Amino acid sequence: MISRVAKKSGEAGILARRLGAEMRQKAVKTLGRQQAPIVPPDNVAGRAMVLVIAIMTFLSCLTLGAVTLVRDTAATWQTQIAREATIQIKPREDLDIEAALAEARDIALGYNGVRGASIVGKEATARLLEPWLGPDLDIDELPVPRLVIVTIDPAEKPNFTAMRDELAETVPSAALDDHRTWVDRLVTMARTTVTIGIAVLALMLSATALTVIFATRGAMSGNGHVIEVLHFVGAEAPFIARQFRRHFLLSGMRGAAVGGVAAIVVFVAFSWWSSRNVATPEGDQTSALFGNFAIGLSGYLGVGMIVFVIAILTAATTHLTVINYLKRIET
Amino acid sequence: MIRFENVGLRYGMGPEVLRDITFHLPERSFQFLSGPSGTGKTTLLRLLFMSLKPTRGLITMFGKDRARITRQELPLLRRRIGVVFQDFRLLDHLTTYENVALPLRVRGRDEASYRADVTELLKWVGLGDRMHVLPPVLSGGEKQRAAIARALIEQPRILLADEPTGNVDPLLARRLLRLLIELNRMGTAVVIATHDIGLMEQVDARRMVLSGGRLEIYD
Repeated sequence: MISRVAKKSGEAGILARRLGAEMRQKAVKTLGRQQAPIVPPDNVAGRAMVLVIAIMTFLSCLTLGAVTLVRDTAATWQTQIAREATIQIKPREDLDIEAALAEARDIALGYNGVRGASIVGKEATARLLEPWLGPDLDIDELPVPRLVIVTIDPAEKPNFTAMRDELAETVPSAALDDHRTWVDRLVTMARTTVTIGIAVLALMLSATALTVIFATRGAMSGNGHVIEVLHFVGAEAPFIARQFRRHFLLSGMRGAAVGGVAAIVVFVAFSWWSSRNVATPEGDQTSALFGNFAIGLSGYLGVGMIVFVIAILTAATTHLTVINYLKRIET
Repeated sequence: MIRFENVGLRYGMGPEVLRDITFHLPERSFQFLSGPSGTGKTTLLRLLFMSLKPTRGLITMFGKDRARITRQELPLLRRRIGVVFQDFRLLDHLTTYENVALPLRVRGRDEASYRADVTELLKWVGLGDRMHVLPPVLSGGEKQRAAIARALIEQPRILLADEPTGNVDPLLARRLLRLLIELNRMGTAVVIATHDIGLMEQVDARRMVLSGGRLEIYD
Protein backbone atom coordinates (compact mmCIF):
# COMPACT_ATOMS: atom_id res chain seq x y z
CA MET A 1 0.00 0.00 0.00
CA ILE A 2 2.71 2.43 1.11
CA SER A 3 4.90 1.56 -1.84
CA ARG A 4 1.93 2.06 -4.16
CA VAL A 5 1.29 5.49 -2.66
CA ALA A 6 5.00 6.35 -2.85
CA LYS A 7 5.07 5.20 -6.47
CA LYS A 8 2.02 7.28 -7.26
CA SER A 9 3.47 10.36 -5.55
CA GLY A 10 6.77 9.78 -7.41
CA GLU A 11 4.88 9.57 -10.70
CA ALA A 12 2.97 12.71 -9.78
CA GLY A 13 6.29 14.47 -9.11
CA ILE A 14 7.69 13.46 -12.49
CA LEU A 15 4.43 14.46 -14.18
CA ALA A 16 4.48 17.84 -12.43
CA ARG A 17 8.09 18.39 -13.50
CA ARG A 18 7.34 17.49 -17.10
CA LEU A 19 4.26 19.69 -17.05
CA GLY A 20 6.40 22.51 -15.63
CA ALA A 21 8.96 22.03 -18.39
CA GLU A 22 6.25 21.93 -21.06
CA MET A 23 4.62 25.06 -19.68
CA ARG A 24 8.01 26.76 -19.62
CA GLN A 25 8.56 25.61 -23.19
CA LYS A 26 5.22 27.09 -24.27
CA ALA A 27 5.89 30.28 -22.34
CA VAL A 28 9.30 30.53 -23.98
CA LYS A 29 7.76 30.16 -27.41
CA THR A 30 5.04 32.71 -26.80
CA LEU A 31 6.67 35.28 -24.53
CA GLY A 32 10.28 35.04 -25.67
CA ARG A 33 13.11 33.30 -23.87
CA GLN A 34 13.53 33.63 -20.12
CA GLN A 35 16.52 31.70 -18.84
CA ALA A 36 16.33 29.68 -15.67
CA PRO A 37 18.71 30.79 -12.89
CA ILE A 38 22.09 29.04 -12.90
CA VAL A 39 21.72 27.98 -9.25
CA PRO A 40 18.95 25.36 -9.02
CA PRO A 41 15.88 26.12 -6.92
CA ASP A 42 15.95 25.05 -3.25
CA ASN A 43 15.87 21.31 -2.60
CA VAL A 44 14.87 19.67 0.70
CA ALA A 45 18.14 20.71 2.38
CA GLY A 46 17.67 24.28 1.12
CA ARG A 47 14.13 24.48 2.49
CA ALA A 48 15.30 22.96 5.77
CA MET A 49 18.02 25.63 5.91
CA VAL A 50 15.43 28.42 5.52
CA LEU A 51 13.31 26.84 8.28
CA VAL A 52 16.30 26.43 10.63
CA ILE A 53 17.34 30.03 10.01
CA ALA A 54 13.78 31.23 10.71
CA ILE A 55 13.59 29.29 14.00
CA MET A 56 17.05 30.33 15.21
CA THR A 57 16.43 33.98 14.27
CA PHE A 58 13.13 33.86 16.15
CA LEU A 59 14.81 32.47 19.28
CA SER A 60 17.72 34.94 19.04
CA CYS A 61 15.35 37.88 18.64
CA LEU A 62 13.27 36.68 21.61
CA THR A 63 16.46 36.44 23.71
CA LEU A 64 17.53 39.89 22.59
CA GLY A 65 14.07 41.28 23.39
CA ALA A 66 14.10 39.65 26.82
CA VAL A 67 17.54 41.09 27.60
CA THR A 68 16.40 44.55 26.44
CA LEU A 69 13.31 44.21 28.65
CA VAL A 70 15.33 43.17 31.71
CA ARG A 71 17.85 45.96 31.14
CA ASP A 72 15.14 48.63 30.80
CA THR A 73 13.18 47.32 33.78
CA ALA A 74 16.29 47.18 35.97
CA ALA A 75 17.09 50.78 34.99
CA THR A 76 13.51 51.81 35.87
CA TRP A 77 13.73 50.13 39.31
CA GLN A 78 16.98 51.96 40.01
CA THR A 79 15.73 55.40 39.01
CA GLN A 80 12.39 54.99 40.81
CA ILE A 81 14.07 54.16 44.11
CA ALA A 82 16.87 56.65 43.66
CA ARG A 83 14.24 59.35 43.04
CA GLU A 84 13.14 59.36 46.67
CA ALA A 85 14.65 59.86 50.11
CA THR A 86 12.91 59.66 53.49
CA ILE A 87 13.30 61.72 56.63
CA GLN A 88 12.13 59.80 59.67
CA ILE A 89 11.37 61.67 62.88
CA LYS A 90 11.07 59.67 66.08
CA PRO A 91 8.66 61.11 68.66
CA ARG A 92 9.99 62.36 71.98
CA GLU A 93 8.15 63.74 74.94
CA ASP A 94 9.51 67.25 74.63
CA LEU A 95 9.15 67.34 70.84
CA ASP A 96 6.35 68.99 68.86
CA ILE A 97 6.26 66.40 66.13
CA GLU A 98 4.24 68.45 63.64
CA ALA A 99 6.61 71.43 63.97
CA ALA A 100 9.60 69.12 63.62
CA LEU A 101 8.11 67.58 60.48
CA ALA A 102 7.50 71.02 58.97
CA GLU A 103 11.03 72.11 59.87
CA ALA A 104 12.56 68.99 58.37
CA ARG A 105 10.52 69.50 55.19
CA ASP A 106 11.66 73.11 54.91
CA ILE A 107 15.30 72.11 55.41
CA ALA A 108 14.97 69.49 52.65
CA LEU A 109 13.32 71.96 50.29
CA GLY A 110 16.20 74.35 50.77
CA TYR A 111 18.64 72.08 48.94
CA ASN A 112 19.36 72.06 45.23
CA GLY A 113 18.24 68.86 43.55
CA VAL A 114 15.14 68.45 45.75
CA ARG A 115 12.03 68.66 43.65
CA GLY A 116 9.56 68.41 46.47
CA ALA A 117 9.01 67.26 50.04
CA SER A 118 5.76 66.15 51.62
CA ILE A 119 4.81 65.10 55.09
CA VAL A 120 3.08 61.75 55.41
CA GLY A 121 -0.07 62.72 57.27
CA LYS A 122 -1.54 60.93 60.30
CA GLU A 123 -4.16 59.08 58.24
CA ALA A 124 -1.58 57.97 55.70
CA THR A 125 0.72 56.75 58.48
CA ALA A 126 -2.16 54.86 60.07
CA ARG A 127 -2.91 53.26 56.70
CA LEU A 128 0.73 52.23 56.40
CA LEU A 129 0.56 50.51 59.76
CA GLU A 130 -2.90 49.03 59.24
CA PRO A 131 -1.67 45.59 58.08
CA TRP A 132 0.18 45.14 61.40
CA LEU A 133 -1.85 47.09 63.93
CA GLY A 134 -5.38 46.85 62.56
CA PRO A 135 -7.89 49.46 61.31
CA ASP A 136 -8.83 50.97 64.70
CA LEU A 137 -5.43 52.41 65.42
CA ASP A 138 -5.27 55.77 67.17
CA ILE A 139 -1.92 57.08 66.11
CA ASP A 140 -1.70 59.60 68.97
CA GLU A 141 -1.68 56.77 71.52
CA LEU A 142 1.51 55.26 70.19
CA PRO A 143 4.97 56.76 69.74
CA VAL A 144 4.98 56.13 66.01
CA PRO A 145 7.78 57.67 63.94
CA ARG A 146 6.60 60.06 61.24
CA LEU A 147 7.94 60.50 57.72
CA VAL A 148 8.76 63.24 55.22
CA ILE A 149 9.05 61.99 51.64
CA VAL A 150 11.65 63.97 49.69
CA THR A 151 11.45 63.77 45.89
CA ILE A 152 14.84 64.06 44.20
CA ASP A 153 15.94 65.09 40.76
CA PRO A 154 17.84 61.97 39.56
CA ALA A 155 20.00 64.12 37.29
CA GLU A 156 21.18 66.44 40.05
CA LYS A 157 21.24 64.76 43.43
CA PRO A 158 21.23 66.98 46.57
CA ASN A 159 24.11 67.04 49.04
CA PHE A 160 22.82 64.37 51.47
CA THR A 161 25.73 64.76 53.90
CA ALA A 162 25.04 68.46 54.40
CA MET A 163 21.30 67.79 54.68
CA ARG A 164 21.93 65.04 57.24
CA ASP A 165 24.18 67.33 59.33
CA GLU A 166 21.72 70.22 59.24
CA LEU A 167 18.83 67.93 60.24
CA ALA A 168 20.86 66.47 63.11
CA GLU A 169 21.56 70.01 64.34
CA THR A 170 18.00 71.32 64.03
CA VAL A 171 15.85 68.23 64.64
CA PRO A 172 17.99 65.80 66.67
CA SER A 173 15.54 62.90 66.46
CA ALA A 174 15.42 63.06 62.62
CA ALA A 175 17.17 60.46 60.50
CA LEU A 176 17.69 60.84 56.76
CA ASP A 177 17.57 57.67 54.65
CA ASP A 178 18.68 58.25 51.05
CA HIS A 179 17.99 54.56 50.19
CA ARG A 180 21.65 54.19 49.20
CA THR A 181 21.87 50.64 50.58
CA TRP A 182 18.78 49.64 48.60
CA VAL A 183 19.94 51.38 45.45
CA ASP A 184 23.38 49.79 45.69
CA ARG A 185 21.86 46.35 46.09
CA LEU A 186 19.46 46.93 43.23
CA VAL A 187 22.24 48.22 40.99
CA THR A 188 24.28 45.10 41.74
CA MET A 189 21.27 42.86 41.12
CA ALA A 190 20.30 44.66 37.93
CA ARG A 191 23.87 44.53 36.62
CA THR A 192 24.10 40.81 37.41
CA THR A 193 20.77 40.17 35.68
CA VAL A 194 21.80 42.13 32.59
CA THR A 195 25.23 40.41 32.52
CA ILE A 196 23.56 36.99 32.71
CA GLY A 197 21.15 38.10 29.97
CA ILE A 198 24.01 39.25 27.75
CA ALA A 199 25.85 35.96 28.36
CA VAL A 200 22.71 34.01 27.39
CA LEU A 201 22.31 36.23 24.32
CA ALA A 202 25.95 35.64 23.34
CA LEU A 203 25.46 31.87 23.67
CA MET A 204 22.24 32.05 21.69
CA LEU A 205 23.87 34.10 18.93
CA SER A 206 26.85 31.72 18.80
CA ALA A 207 24.49 28.73 18.55
CA THR A 208 22.55 30.54 15.83
CA ALA A 209 25.73 31.36 13.90
CA LEU A 210 26.94 27.74 14.07
CA THR A 211 23.52 26.35 13.14
CA VAL A 212 23.25 28.76 10.20
CA ILE A 213 26.76 27.81 9.03
CA PHE A 214 26.06 24.07 9.18
CA ALA A 215 22.59 24.38 7.63
CA THR A 216 24.05 26.43 4.77
CA ARG A 217 26.85 23.94 4.24
CA GLY A 218 24.28 21.14 4.25
CA ALA A 219 22.20 22.94 1.65
CA MET A 220 25.32 23.68 -0.41
CA SER A 221 26.52 20.07 -0.38
CA GLY A 222 23.75 19.17 -2.84
CA ASN A 223 25.11 21.75 -5.30
CA GLY A 224 28.60 20.28 -5.73
CA HIS A 225 27.85 19.05 -9.24
CA VAL A 226 26.62 22.52 -10.30
CA ILE A 227 29.85 24.15 -9.03
CA GLU A 228 31.86 21.50 -10.84
CA VAL A 229 30.03 21.93 -14.15
CA LEU A 230 30.32 25.73 -13.99
CA HIS A 231 34.01 25.36 -13.23
CA PHE A 232 34.57 22.99 -16.15
CA VAL A 233 32.71 25.16 -18.65
CA GLY A 234 35.18 27.95 -17.85
CA ALA A 235 33.34 30.03 -15.24
CA GLU A 236 35.69 32.06 -13.07
CA ALA A 237 35.61 31.46 -9.31
CA PRO A 238 34.21 34.94 -8.46
CA PHE A 239 31.35 34.37 -10.93
CA ILE A 240 30.41 31.00 -9.42
CA ALA A 241 30.70 32.36 -5.86
CA ARG A 242 28.55 35.37 -6.80
CA GLN A 243 25.76 33.21 -8.22
CA PHE A 244 25.53 31.04 -5.09
CA ARG A 245 26.06 33.95 -2.70
CA ARG A 246 23.15 35.86 -4.20
CA HIS A 247 20.87 32.83 -4.09
CA PHE A 248 21.69 31.92 -0.49
CA LEU A 249 21.67 35.56 0.67
CA LEU A 250 18.05 35.77 -0.48
CA SER A 251 17.19 32.40 1.12
CA GLY A 252 18.89 33.41 4.38
CA MET A 253 17.18 36.78 4.34
CA ARG A 254 13.82 35.13 3.76
CA GLY A 255 14.27 32.76 6.73
CA ALA A 256 15.72 35.44 9.00
CA ALA A 257 12.97 37.93 8.10
CA VAL A 258 10.27 35.36 8.91
CA GLY A 259 11.91 34.64 12.31
CA GLY A 260 12.43 38.35 13.07
CA VAL A 261 8.87 39.32 12.12
CA ALA A 262 7.49 36.43 14.23
CA ALA A 263 9.50 37.70 17.23
CA ILE A 264 8.23 41.27 16.69
CA VAL A 265 4.66 39.94 16.50
CA VAL A 266 5.19 38.18 19.85
CA PHE A 267 6.47 41.40 21.46
CA VAL A 268 3.68 43.52 20.01
CA ALA A 269 1.13 40.94 21.18
CA PHE A 270 2.56 40.94 24.74
CA SER A 271 2.73 44.71 24.76
CA TRP A 272 -0.91 44.90 23.64
CA TRP A 273 -1.94 42.33 26.25
CA SER A 274 -0.15 44.17 29.06
CA SER A 275 -1.66 47.51 27.98
CA ARG A 276 -5.14 45.96 28.06
CA ASN A 277 -4.57 44.56 31.55
CA VAL A 278 -3.24 47.74 33.15
CA ALA A 279 -5.82 47.92 35.92
CA THR A 280 -6.11 44.19 36.63
CA PRO A 281 -4.15 42.43 39.42
CA GLU A 282 -2.31 40.08 37.02
CA GLY A 283 -1.48 42.98 34.72
CA ASP A 284 -0.11 45.00 37.63
CA GLN A 285 1.97 42.04 38.81
CA THR A 286 3.41 41.51 35.35
CA SER A 287 4.11 45.18 34.72
CA ALA A 288 5.70 45.49 38.18
CA LEU A 289 8.13 42.75 37.16
CA PHE A 290 8.66 43.36 33.46
CA GLY A 291 7.56 46.90 32.81
CA ASN A 292 5.13 47.38 29.92
CA PHE A 293 6.65 44.66 27.69
CA ALA A 294 7.66 47.20 25.05
CA ILE A 295 11.16 46.45 23.72
CA GLY A 296 11.52 49.99 22.37
CA LEU A 297 13.29 51.27 19.29
CA SER A 298 16.65 49.77 20.30
CA GLY A 299 14.98 46.33 20.60
CA TYR A 300 13.44 46.59 17.13
CA LEU A 301 16.74 47.83 15.70
CA GLY A 302 18.45 44.85 17.37
CA VAL A 303 15.98 42.47 15.70
CA GLY A 304 16.70 44.14 12.34
CA MET A 305 20.44 43.82 12.99
CA ILE A 306 20.12 40.08 13.81
CA VAL A 307 18.16 39.48 10.57
CA PHE A 308 20.80 41.38 8.59
CA VAL A 309 23.77 39.62 10.25
CA ILE A 310 22.22 36.15 9.73
CA ALA A 311 21.60 36.86 6.03
CA ILE A 312 25.21 38.08 5.65
CA LEU A 313 26.47 35.02 7.55
CA THR A 314 24.58 32.72 5.16
CA ALA A 315 26.06 34.50 2.14
CA ALA A 316 29.58 34.46 3.62
CA THR A 317 29.35 30.73 4.42
CA THR A 318 28.16 30.06 0.87
CA HIS A 319 31.04 32.08 -0.56
CA LEU A 320 33.64 30.21 1.51
CA THR A 321 32.07 26.83 0.71
CA VAL A 322 32.20 27.55 -3.03
CA ILE A 323 35.80 28.79 -2.89
CA ASN A 324 36.89 25.77 -0.80
CA TYR A 325 35.08 23.39 -3.14
CA LEU A 326 36.79 24.96 -6.16
CA LYS A 327 40.18 24.72 -4.46
CA ARG A 328 39.51 21.04 -3.78
CA ILE A 329 38.66 20.19 -7.40
CA GLU A 330 41.61 22.21 -8.70
CA THR A 331 44.22 19.95 -7.10
CA MET B 1 49.61 22.89 -29.11
CA ILE B 2 49.86 20.59 -26.06
CA ARG B 3 53.09 18.88 -25.08
CA PHE B 4 53.83 16.37 -22.27
CA GLU B 5 57.45 15.58 -21.36
CA ASN B 6 58.25 12.82 -18.85
CA VAL B 7 55.07 13.52 -16.94
CA GLY B 8 54.35 11.48 -13.83
CA LEU B 9 51.40 11.62 -11.46
CA ARG B 10 50.62 10.05 -8.13
CA TYR B 11 47.66 10.60 -5.81
CA GLY B 12 48.94 11.53 -2.35
CA MET B 13 51.60 9.07 -1.18
CA GLY B 14 50.32 6.27 -3.43
CA PRO B 15 52.15 4.68 -6.37
CA GLU B 16 52.54 6.56 -9.66
CA VAL B 17 49.37 6.23 -11.73
CA LEU B 18 51.06 7.70 -14.81
CA ARG B 19 54.78 7.29 -15.54
CA ASP B 20 57.07 9.08 -17.99
CA ILE B 21 54.28 10.18 -20.29
CA THR B 22 55.64 11.98 -23.32
CA PHE B 23 53.59 13.06 -26.36
CA HIS B 24 52.58 16.02 -28.47
CA LEU B 25 49.06 16.93 -29.57
CA PRO B 26 49.30 19.05 -32.72
CA GLU B 27 46.58 21.39 -34.01
CA ARG B 28 43.78 19.72 -36.02
CA SER B 29 44.95 16.23 -34.98
CA PHE B 30 42.63 13.28 -34.31
CA GLN B 31 43.57 10.53 -31.85
CA PHE B 32 42.16 7.81 -29.68
CA LEU B 33 43.30 7.33 -26.10
CA SER B 34 42.73 3.74 -25.13
CA GLY B 35 43.73 1.07 -22.68
CA PRO B 36 42.05 -1.25 -20.18
CA SER B 37 39.79 0.19 -17.52
CA GLY B 38 41.63 1.71 -14.58
CA THR B 39 44.87 2.43 -16.44
CA GLY B 40 44.54 6.19 -16.07
CA LYS B 41 42.69 7.39 -19.19
CA THR B 42 40.47 9.73 -17.21
CA THR B 43 43.46 10.89 -15.15
CA LEU B 44 45.35 11.76 -18.34
CA LEU B 45 42.29 13.63 -19.63
CA ARG B 46 42.16 15.56 -16.33
CA LEU B 47 45.82 16.51 -16.80
CA LEU B 48 44.98 17.69 -20.33
CA PHE B 49 42.07 19.68 -18.94
CA MET B 50 44.27 21.17 -16.20
CA SER B 51 42.09 19.98 -13.35
CA LEU B 52 45.11 18.05 -12.04
CA LYS B 53 48.73 19.08 -11.68
CA PRO B 54 51.48 16.57 -12.51
CA THR B 55 53.78 15.48 -9.69
CA ARG B 56 56.73 15.59 -12.08
CA GLY B 57 57.59 16.39 -15.69
CA LEU B 58 56.70 19.30 -17.93
CA ILE B 59 53.35 20.09 -19.53
CA THR B 60 53.09 22.90 -22.07
CA MET B 61 49.56 24.09 -22.81
CA PHE B 62 49.15 26.46 -25.75
CA GLY B 63 52.76 27.56 -25.35
CA LYS B 64 52.53 28.10 -21.57
CA ASP B 65 54.20 26.05 -18.86
CA ARG B 66 51.41 24.41 -16.82
CA ALA B 67 53.32 24.99 -13.58
CA ARG B 68 53.31 28.75 -14.21
CA ILE B 69 49.62 29.05 -15.07
CA THR B 70 47.86 30.91 -12.24
CA ARG B 71 44.45 30.09 -10.84
CA GLN B 72 43.07 33.24 -12.49
CA GLU B 73 44.40 32.25 -15.93
CA LEU B 74 42.92 28.74 -15.79
CA PRO B 75 39.29 29.55 -16.76
CA LEU B 76 40.50 31.58 -19.76
CA LEU B 77 42.74 28.74 -21.00
CA ARG B 78 40.03 26.16 -20.33
CA ARG B 79 37.78 27.93 -22.79
CA ARG B 80 40.11 26.69 -25.53
CA ILE B 81 39.41 23.10 -24.44
CA GLY B 82 36.04 21.41 -24.81
CA VAL B 83 35.31 18.43 -22.58
CA VAL B 84 32.66 15.75 -22.92
CA PHE B 85 32.34 13.83 -19.65
CA GLN B 86 31.52 10.17 -19.46
CA ASP B 87 28.48 11.01 -17.28
CA PHE B 88 27.54 14.06 -19.44
CA ARG B 89 27.32 16.44 -16.44
CA LEU B 90 24.30 18.31 -17.75
CA LEU B 91 22.43 20.45 -15.23
CA ASP B 92 19.00 18.94 -14.72
CA HIS B 93 17.25 22.23 -13.94
CA LEU B 94 18.34 23.84 -17.23
CA THR B 95 16.91 23.01 -20.66
CA THR B 96 19.08 21.52 -23.41
CA TYR B 97 19.40 24.99 -24.93
CA GLU B 98 20.43 26.53 -21.57
CA ASN B 99 22.92 23.74 -20.91
CA VAL B 100 24.58 24.21 -24.28
CA ALA B 101 24.62 28.00 -23.87
CA LEU B 102 26.08 27.76 -20.34
CA PRO B 103 29.77 28.36 -21.32
CA LEU B 104 28.75 31.60 -23.06
CA ARG B 105 26.40 32.64 -20.27
CA VAL B 106 29.10 32.28 -17.59
CA ARG B 107 31.26 34.65 -19.63
CA GLY B 108 28.56 37.27 -19.13
CA ARG B 109 27.52 37.39 -22.78
CA ASP B 110 24.11 38.73 -23.67
CA GLU B 111 21.71 35.99 -24.71
CA ALA B 112 20.72 37.75 -27.93
CA SER B 113 24.34 37.58 -29.09
CA TYR B 114 24.53 33.79 -29.03
CA ARG B 115 20.95 32.58 -29.48
CA ALA B 116 21.36 31.91 -33.20
CA ASP B 117 24.72 30.10 -32.73
CA VAL B 118 23.33 27.79 -30.03
CA THR B 119 20.22 27.00 -32.06
CA GLU B 120 22.33 26.26 -35.15
CA LEU B 121 24.70 24.00 -33.18
CA LEU B 122 21.80 22.11 -31.60
CA LYS B 123 20.35 21.51 -35.05
CA TRP B 124 23.78 20.33 -36.26
CA VAL B 125 23.96 17.68 -33.51
CA GLY B 126 20.36 16.67 -34.26
CA LEU B 127 18.70 18.21 -31.19
CA GLY B 128 16.81 20.99 -32.96
CA ASP B 129 13.47 19.71 -31.73
CA ARG B 130 14.68 18.95 -28.18
CA MET B 131 15.99 22.41 -27.39
CA HIS B 132 13.59 23.31 -24.60
CA VAL B 133 13.47 19.94 -22.90
CA LEU B 134 15.04 19.21 -19.52
CA PRO B 135 17.87 16.60 -19.48
CA PRO B 136 15.95 13.97 -17.43
CA VAL B 137 13.58 13.67 -20.39
CA LEU B 138 16.42 13.13 -22.92
CA SER B 139 17.66 9.69 -23.98
CA GLY B 140 21.30 8.64 -23.39
CA GLY B 141 22.27 9.49 -26.98
CA GLU B 142 20.55 12.86 -26.82
CA LYS B 143 22.32 13.68 -23.56
CA GLN B 144 25.62 12.73 -25.16
CA ARG B 145 24.97 15.01 -28.13
CA ALA B 146 23.91 17.83 -25.81
CA ALA B 147 27.17 17.37 -23.89
CA ILE B 148 29.15 17.45 -27.16
CA ALA B 149 27.30 20.60 -28.27
CA ARG B 150 28.12 22.28 -24.91
CA ALA B 151 31.79 21.38 -25.35
CA LEU B 152 31.79 22.86 -28.87
CA ILE B 153 29.83 26.06 -28.37
CA GLU B 154 32.94 28.12 -27.65
CA GLN B 155 34.70 26.72 -30.72
CA PRO B 156 37.51 25.15 -28.72
CA ARG B 157 40.88 24.31 -30.27
CA ILE B 158 40.74 20.81 -28.84
CA LEU B 159 37.91 18.51 -27.81
CA LEU B 160 38.44 15.86 -25.11
CA ALA B 161 35.77 13.17 -25.04
CA ASP B 162 35.72 10.58 -22.25
CA GLU B 163 34.02 7.38 -23.45
CA PRO B 164 31.60 9.30 -25.69
CA THR B 165 30.04 6.11 -27.00
CA GLY B 166 30.00 4.24 -23.69
CA ASN B 167 26.26 4.62 -23.12
CA VAL B 168 24.87 4.32 -26.63
CA ASP B 169 24.11 1.54 -29.13
CA PRO B 170 26.60 0.83 -32.00
CA LEU B 171 24.50 2.69 -34.57
CA LEU B 172 24.41 5.85 -32.50
CA ALA B 173 28.08 5.38 -31.63
CA ARG B 174 28.91 5.52 -35.37
CA ARG B 175 26.79 8.67 -35.78
CA LEU B 176 28.58 10.33 -32.86
CA LEU B 177 31.95 9.33 -34.28
CA ARG B 178 31.01 10.85 -37.67
CA LEU B 179 30.06 14.04 -35.82
CA LEU B 180 33.47 14.18 -34.17
CA ILE B 181 35.28 13.46 -37.46
CA GLU B 182 33.34 16.26 -39.15
CA LEU B 183 34.30 18.56 -36.30
CA ASN B 184 37.96 17.59 -36.75
CA ARG B 185 37.74 18.37 -40.47
CA MET B 186 36.54 21.84 -39.52
CA GLY B 187 39.79 22.38 -37.59
CA THR B 188 39.33 21.18 -34.01
CA ALA B 189 41.80 18.68 -32.58
CA VAL B 190 40.02 15.67 -31.04
CA VAL B 191 41.05 13.20 -28.33
CA ILE B 192 38.63 10.35 -27.73
CA ALA B 193 39.23 8.22 -24.66
CA THR B 194 37.69 4.82 -25.25
CA HIS B 195 38.24 1.10 -24.83
CA ASP B 196 35.83 0.30 -27.65
CA ILE B 197 38.08 -1.40 -30.24
CA GLY B 198 35.21 -1.55 -32.74
CA LEU B 199 34.96 2.22 -32.65
CA MET B 200 38.70 2.70 -33.14
CA GLU B 201 38.75 0.37 -36.14
CA GLN B 202 36.32 2.62 -37.99
CA VAL B 203 38.86 5.44 -38.27
CA ASP B 204 42.47 5.40 -39.32
CA ALA B 205 43.78 7.65 -36.56
CA ARG B 206 46.66 7.88 -34.13
CA ARG B 207 46.23 5.62 -31.09
CA MET B 208 47.63 6.44 -27.69
CA VAL B 209 47.52 3.31 -25.57
CA LEU B 210 47.92 3.44 -21.80
CA SER B 211 49.14 0.31 -20.08
CA GLY B 212 50.52 -0.01 -16.56
CA GLY B 213 50.75 3.76 -16.27
CA ARG B 214 52.93 4.10 -19.39
CA LEU B 215 51.87 5.43 -22.78
CA GLU B 216 52.63 3.94 -26.16
CA ILE B 217 51.78 5.76 -29.35
CA TYR B 218 50.85 4.07 -32.64
CA ASP B 219 50.76 6.59 -35.50
